[in-house]
Amino acid sequence: MAFFRSHVLVCVDPECLARGAHDVIDALQDELVDQGLIDEIQVLETSRIGGCEDGPEMIVYPEGVHYVGFNADDVPFIVEEHFLKGRIVEKFREMPKVVVDEELGPLRPKEVRIVLKNCGYIDPTNIEDYLAVDGYQALGKALFEMTPEQVIEEVKNSGLRGRGGAGFPAGRKWDLTRQVNDFPKYMVCNADEGDPGAFMNRRVLEGDPHSVLEGMIIGAYAVGASYGYVYCRAEYPIAVETFNIAIAQAREFGFLGENILGTDFSFDLEVRVGAGAFVCGEETALIASIMGLRGEPSPRPPFPSVKGVWGKPTNNNNVETYSNVPQIILKGAPWYASMGTERSKGTKTFAVGGNVKKPGLIEVPMGITLREIIFDVAGGMHEGRHFKAVQTGGPMGGCLTEQHLDLPLDYEALTQAGSMMGSGGLVIMDETSCMVDIARFFMDFTQAESCGKCTPCRVGTRRLLELLQKICEGFGEDGDIEKLEELCEEITKNSLCGLGQGAPNPVVSTLKHFRHEYEAHIYEKRCPSKVCRPLIRFEITDPACTGCTVCARNCPVEAISGERRQLHHIDQETCIRCGICVQVCNFNAITVE
Amino acid sequence: MTRLLKNIASNDPLNITEQKAIIEKAIADNKDRQGAVMLVLNEVQGKIGHVSPAMQAYIARKLNVPLGQVHGVVTFYSFFKTQPRGKYTIKFCLGTACYVAGVPQLVEKAKQMLNIDLDQTTPDGMITLEECRCVGACSQAPVVVVDEEIHGRLRPNKFPQVLKALQAKDGAAKEAAGAD
Ligand SMILES: Cc1cc2nc3c(=O)[nH]c(=O)nc-3n(C[C@H](O)[C@H](O)[C@H](O)COP(=O)(O)O)c2cc1C
Ligand code: SF4
Ligand code: SF4
Ligand code: SF4
Ligand code: FES
Ligand code: FES
Repeated sequence: MAFFRSHVLVCVDPECLARGAHDVIDALQDELVDQGLIDEIQVLETSRIGGCEDGPEMIVYPEGVHYVGFNADDVPFIVEEHFLKGRIVEKFREMPKVVVDEELGPLRPKEVRIVLKNCGYIDPTNIEDYLAVDGYQALGKALFEMTPEQVIEEVKNSGLRGRGGAGFPAGRKWDLTRQVNDFPKYMVCNADEGDPGAFMNRRVLEGDPHSVLEGMIIGAYAVGASYGYVYCRAEYPIAVETFNIAIAQAREFGFLGENILGTDFSFDLEVRVGAGAFVCGEETALIASIMGLRGEPSPRPPFPSVKGVWGKPTNNNNVETYSNVPQIILKGAPWYASMGTERSKGTKTFAVGGNVKKPGLIEVPMGITLREIIFDVAGGMHEGRHFKAVQTGGPMGGCLTEQHLDLPLDYEALTQAGSMMGSGGLVIMDETSCMVDIARFFMDFTQAESCGKCTPCRVGTRRLLELLQKICEGFGEDGDIEKLEELCEEITKNSLCGLGQGAPNPVVSTLKHFRHEYEAHIYEKRCPSKVCRPLIRFEITDPACTGCTVCARNCPVEAISGERRQLHHIDQETCIRCGICVQVCNFNAITVE
Repeated sequence: MTRLLKNIASNDPLNITEQKAIIEKAIADNKDRQGAVMLVLNEVQGKIGHVSPAMQAYIARKLNVPLGQVHGVVTFYSFFKTQPRGKYTIKFCLGTACYVAGVPQLVEKAKQMLNIDLDQTTPDGMITLEECRCVGACSQAPVVVVDEEIHGRLRPNKFPQVLKALQAKDGAAKEAAGAD
């Protein structure tokens, strides 16, 4: 009987088969034959060896190394590394799972969780879980021990500011709505979270809906509102479902409806679902949308606190703003105000994305620096890469650089630096991101999302986009930068809502900090970060290429030729510079010039 | 409006009994609520997948609002489609994190494999390609959403597997349907 030094067990259950387990087995056999290993290593079929979500899966014995999420194309690489060189291929290795929740793992260094404290710890569909962690105690305290004025005073003293972007003091907003003598009054919760790169609100709605609900009920008591709406974007079906469950349970327990907790205060609310328009996050547009109309912003004043839903006084706050309220009422304003900076108190959640080691959801005290967020909380940049810029505030925010890394984060500091807090998206970029391309990307977004009501925004963003595209394509001319600057100023000055006013920010801030990149595109027809397709070329380099054929098989235009195990070659005439080959080459053999 | 309601295509949901029932129910459930237009449209779009011009006219008439208002709402929000989509929809997240992580390459791959552009449906009516904005799974960027299911950290050479899995699912669904 033959002796095999190693056995490879490949799962052939339906899920893995659907993801190409048979191709993997064929590729393994081929490769082992080619490498002369077929007499030493045996490939066997087996069943269900893992989580089944990320197949194909296989286990290599005797080491017991578990590989997942690869496919036939990766087999030559794995065979070479594992069986020839004896190195485990870490990127496909499945480690025994410690945390299931990768957006929100255990507390990271420097994190402080207030808004996210219950997420992942309680069952969001069971109100008793929330009650067990002091849920609805703040509501009881507010209703039985405090007057509405005292509630407002407490929120004012806590220093809590709106988390939806602009940072208006929450207590003052409540007071404004309370002062208006016109009934009924409405509470609105802005759960539209349209910033492409942010998902903090979704997580709270899905993980701890009752905290938002309790904050809204307390707010309703304070401003004297009798009905409310939670406006949630259509892209968040699970959040909508979870929140509806929470509402039903709160009604059952007497926290919502007529005579809440036996008092003469009554309040109820419902969820309204948006339909995919970013501008509906703007509060006047959101109110129009709740009323079943096109979500176009309207001039303020009148502010919603005077004339909002159905023409009545309306208090609108962001999800995160509300979810801070119960703990402020319970633990008191001084506790909350003890965190943060002079003008910005408490904590802020951020969705950290981009080129860092540990992206995901975080909650940190105000006043923390970007450097701490990137290097301590988010684990730093990927191996061998360097920090280049961070986009804060989403599509209407701006890019900050190295020089801003030690800025203590608060609303004013970010605005002064030329960006803004926004809802909390943080996209961290390294040298592989081209700043002109990033500006173009954001302009593409705002241009598409402009509601078209005012000309400077509608036409101006399109002109900006065209100019940026032209520059990225290598047709930039002398004078384009000045044109960009003029347009930006005009759009900012003459637009009706925050979308138009903020749309030029990514261009303005990249122009300010990375003007040389624009100049390289325009005058040298060169993309320094090697991103803008018309300005780059792909090349396969000699010793690195093993001739595994993966790139040739994945090139959409068949621009790559070469024999198996021979150096491959890219035909520059045919290549459309899609970059697919670079992504699929396991040997980093393809370079960009 | 009358013209739209006179010549309704035979395959319009208004002419298909079960779908007509969905429309009627959405109208009956919501017609007395404030802001009914959005509520009905959301319901119909969610359950039927599109809101044809005839359906818009029908809803406007039943809610007693001008067709212009319904049409205005439908065209304003990207969520509403006026034409039927494929049986399955593959959406590419073009949010910031996904863009930076390489979604454009995935789009390229998909277009090449299916031979259609974004916002188009394969000739057999099976698959529609769409782009979407952040779906809130940025930590798994780049993200592709197949119907409601999120596929994260997808590289272009893994895309064929997504299609294969979809075909397998379709085959299984057909078999199950044949079995009853
Ligand atoms: C284009 C645009 C989009 C916005 N999107 C959101 C959003 O998604 N979520 C949000 O809470 N606020 C958003 N805002 C801010 C709201 O207009 C409003 O200021 C906020 O909801 C007030 O709540 P807060 O005081 O609790 O922050 C947006 C504003 C603009 C101009
Ligand atoms: S600034 Fe733009 S998004 Fe805002 S109202 Fe004007 S056109 Fe619409
Ligand atoms: S360049 Fe192509 S053939 Fe060469 S190693 Fe990379 S993927 Fe394989
Ligand atoms: S960049 Fe795209 S088109 Fe060019 S060789 Fe690579 S895969 Fe082919
Ligand atoms: S189906 Fe193979 S490990 Fe799950
Ligand atoms: S940017 Fe794609 S999921 Fe958020």
